[in-house]
Amino acid sequence: MKPEAELQRPRGTGRALAVVKTFVDTVGIPRLIIGAFIIGIFVLAWAQRLPIGMLVTSSLVRFGMNGVLVLAMVPSILGGEGLNFGLPVGVICGLLGALLSVEFYMRGAIGFLAALLIAVPLAVLAGWGYGLLLNRVKGEEMMIGTYVGFSVVALMCVVWIVAPFKNPEMIWVVGGKGVRMTVTITNYWAQVLNNFLKFTVAGVEIPTGLLVFFAACCLFVRWFFRTKLGLAVIAAGSNPLFAKSAGINVDQMRIVAAVMSTVLGAIGLIVYAQSYGFLQMYTAPLMMAFPAVAGILIGGASASKASITNVVVGTLLFQTLLATALPVTRTVVAGTLSEIVNIIISQGVILYALTRGGGRL
Amino acid sequence: MGEYVLEMDDICKEFYGTPVLKHVGLTVRPGEIHALIGENGAGKSTLMNILFGMPVIAATGGFKGTIRIDGAPVMVNTPRQAMELGVGMVHQEFMLLPAFTIAENIKLNRELLRSNIVSRILGARLASLDVPAMRRDARAALDRLSLNIDEWLPVAGLPVGHMQFIEIAREVDKRNMKLLVFDEPTAVLTEGEAQDLLGALRRLAGEGVGILFISHRLSEVAEIADRITVLRDGEVVGRLTRGEVRIERLAELMVGRPVNRVERGARGARAEGEVAVRIRNLVVNMPGERLHQLDLDVYKGEILGIGGLAGHGKVAVANGIMGLYPARGEVEINGRQLSLGDPRAALAAGLGFLSEDRRGVGLLLDESVEFNIVVTALVSQGRFLRRGIGSGWLAARDARQTRAHALRLIRELDIRCTGPEQPVRRLSGGNQQKVCLARALTQDPDILFVSEPTRGIDIGAKQIVLDLLTQMNRERGTTIVMTSSELAELRQICDRVLIVYGGRAAGCLAPDASDAEFGLLMAGGAEVRTA
Repeated sequence: MKPEAELQRPRGTGRALAVVKTFVDTVGIPRLIIGAFIIGIFVLAWAQRLPIGMLVTSSLVRFGMNGVLVLAMVPSILGGEGLNFGLPVGVICGLLGALLSVEFYMRGAIGFLAALLIAVPLAVLAGWGYGLLLNRVKGEEMMIGTYVGFSVVALMCVVWIVAPFKNPEMIWVVGGKGVRMTVTITNYWAQVLNNFLKFTVAGVEIPTGLLVFFAACCLFVRWFFRTKLGLAVIAAGSNPLFAKSAGINVDQMRIVAAVMSTVLGAIGLIVYAQSYGFLQMYTAPLMMAFPAVAGILIGGASASKASITNVVVGTLLFQTLLATALPVTRTVVAGTLSEIVNIIISQGVILYALTRGGGRL
Repeated sequence: MGEYVLEMDDICKEFYGTPVLKHVGLTVRPGEIHALIGENGAGKSTLMNILFGMPVIAATGGFKGTIRIDGAPVMVNTPRQAMELGVGMVHQEFMLLPAFTIAENIKLNRELLRSNIVSRILGARLASLDVPAMRRDARAALDRLSLNIDEWLPVAGLPVGHMQFIEIAREVDKRNMKLLVFDEPTAVLTEGEAQDLLGALRRLAGEGVGILFISHRLSEVAEIADRITVLRDGEVVGRLTRGEVRIERLAELMVGRPVNRVERGARGARAEGEVAVRIRNLVVNMPGERLHQLDLDVYKGEILGIGGLAGHGKVAVANGIMGLYPARGEVEINGRQLSLGDPRAALAAGLGFLSEDRRGVGLLLDESVEFNIVVTALVSQGRFLRRGIGSGWLAARDARQTRAHALRLIRELDIRCTGPEQPVRRLSGGNQQKVCLARALTQDPDILFVSEPTRGIDIGAKQIVLDLLTQMNRERGTTIVMTSSELAELRQICDRVLIVYGGRAAGCLAPDASDAEFGLLMAGGAEVRTA
């Protein structure tokens, strides 16, 4: 498409049309539809006299807190393992790190860093095992990953019950053992990233630390996929036969991809939790892969091709949609119904947008 | 009934301006076995596609000429119509459903039906199968071929030879069958099975069915055919009858072609010089291209050609040595033992490889031109990396150096693309091949294995590719082992040509050896010799 538009160099309206066409081709129809819908929401919010600044703030926070989880999809996609539906494996490692840091009463930035330091090695191990498993089920990674996620979450439910945690703020009040359904980390390291260098502009709070951390993760992944190792992972994911003939150990590269993805999942959970203020235990990690998958797909990635741009654009659109649609629908439809209407509308728009892409996400 | 069951007259066919059939004529009498022979790509399949009204013919602009069946001119537009006219085809690849029984496969889509209550109301599509009648018919068809096997067995798990017979039984079962076409029916059979099949062919011919027999096995053809038509480059180059058949003559007719050999100057040092690759007892288990046993010495600085017909194992040589398919045997590179099955070791030993499956193995289709050019050098040799934060595996790619290098090769090889960032999927076949060559040049191996370098690319690009290989050999001293289905291009640039037949070396010839010698080796009609 693109070279044609460049070659013909039409004049006048034709030229303008060509420019529009190139623009639509680059951005992609799904993103245009969702973008237009979000603009519509903001117009409606303004008409309803809702505080726009607050909507933008919550959009930014959600963008930052979900970003790393979406980023975790990139290594697995580029490594030829598809969308990482086994993300709960990483999430569990993140939860373990977070729980242990709370168990040891570590607060503030130290607590946050401790959670990361504990979670990352665990995630490396778990990701390595997960990668070994995926190497045995080539071609079925996404389905197997989904079941691996479900199994691991179920197994860990038992662990949460019997684990010998002592901190009274995280164990059940009655009975005195086992981790609670929801562990509040307000007294530990909630919001440490969000509040770092936070400032307010035109009624919008900018969670600087959160955004900077996300950006740093993006830059790290970008750098990684330009190293010899990262390029070998891309080659192995893009065409295993080619990679083999180029002397690349495809199975090893797939394990590297799985480890990267799992580690980012663990980091992503900790970032998510510090912003949210709670650790959601037991079955909560079950569904964590799905918003991340939706995010990167909306950003224009597919099961075999993804970029950092896809992550940033997708997360921004998806999370803004979720953050703004609910308050706005609440003003129009009252009560519990608003929640349902919100889900129907926002998920419906995503579905519509993705099916409009004509096969190209 | 006329004298001929089939007459094809003055058939011409072009694909996008390239003539592939030029005024071809072919006749088959009832009860006659008529053989059609020719190299891969001589036009046999196209001729059969025309006879059967395959959609690909109409989609590419139809054909010129007339077809008469039983003396009446016909216009065959669909394979179904051909079937109704009494023309049947036994396919080279089995078109059988493994989970169905033999009887069901024979009767597929022509099932015998019995009406039931539902079908009386809702139409014949829901009628029951008349299984006993179907089995009876299948039995009769199998008996005509003297195949002693139970018709109710599932096809899955049957020996290959039996599958071929079931294909034939399916055609025989069609009531009005007048002409049967066999497309290389013996290619996958053992010698014994092939003999049984030839027997069945004779019996069918004895019943008055006209048989058109396409084969590469010249000895079979000489044994069974009443008349023979030889195709080469879309033209009929010979018509022979039973009495005048000599295998040598057939071979010569099949491959004979003017070779415009490039004179390459004095190459005295080459002959019997230092051995670059020493191969002993190489066995490669590559499905469809099995190599049973090969001994070969490749001399330093030469271009060695490996030729042979499809399926005889010529492409397995490079794939086995590079470690892409399971291989056994001894391979020494410049006197040093190579461990087979390890592509990394092969690359480290200074080997390079351009696969015959360019799109499947040779390229990262969705990645950029520049990445495809540097990837092997980058990953296996650690070039195009920046020394910085990390070293070894964590060294970052040097984008500037990569770009400069890619731009230079794009210019030198005249790769037509919108730029170094264009995904190679969008390039034409010839330009994709140039990207592969650019990668090989970048890697700069001592010994380059290149398979089917001109497959699927147009004539102009072909010449450029061959010139590039010659240039690489001359200017850089790269030893080249080129595998190709096109004998003419092997004879054009190679110093020696090895012909592989039936998974073994049939012989090694000088490029200016006679057509008959090449033809004989390729068709398995000669003793093993070496040049």
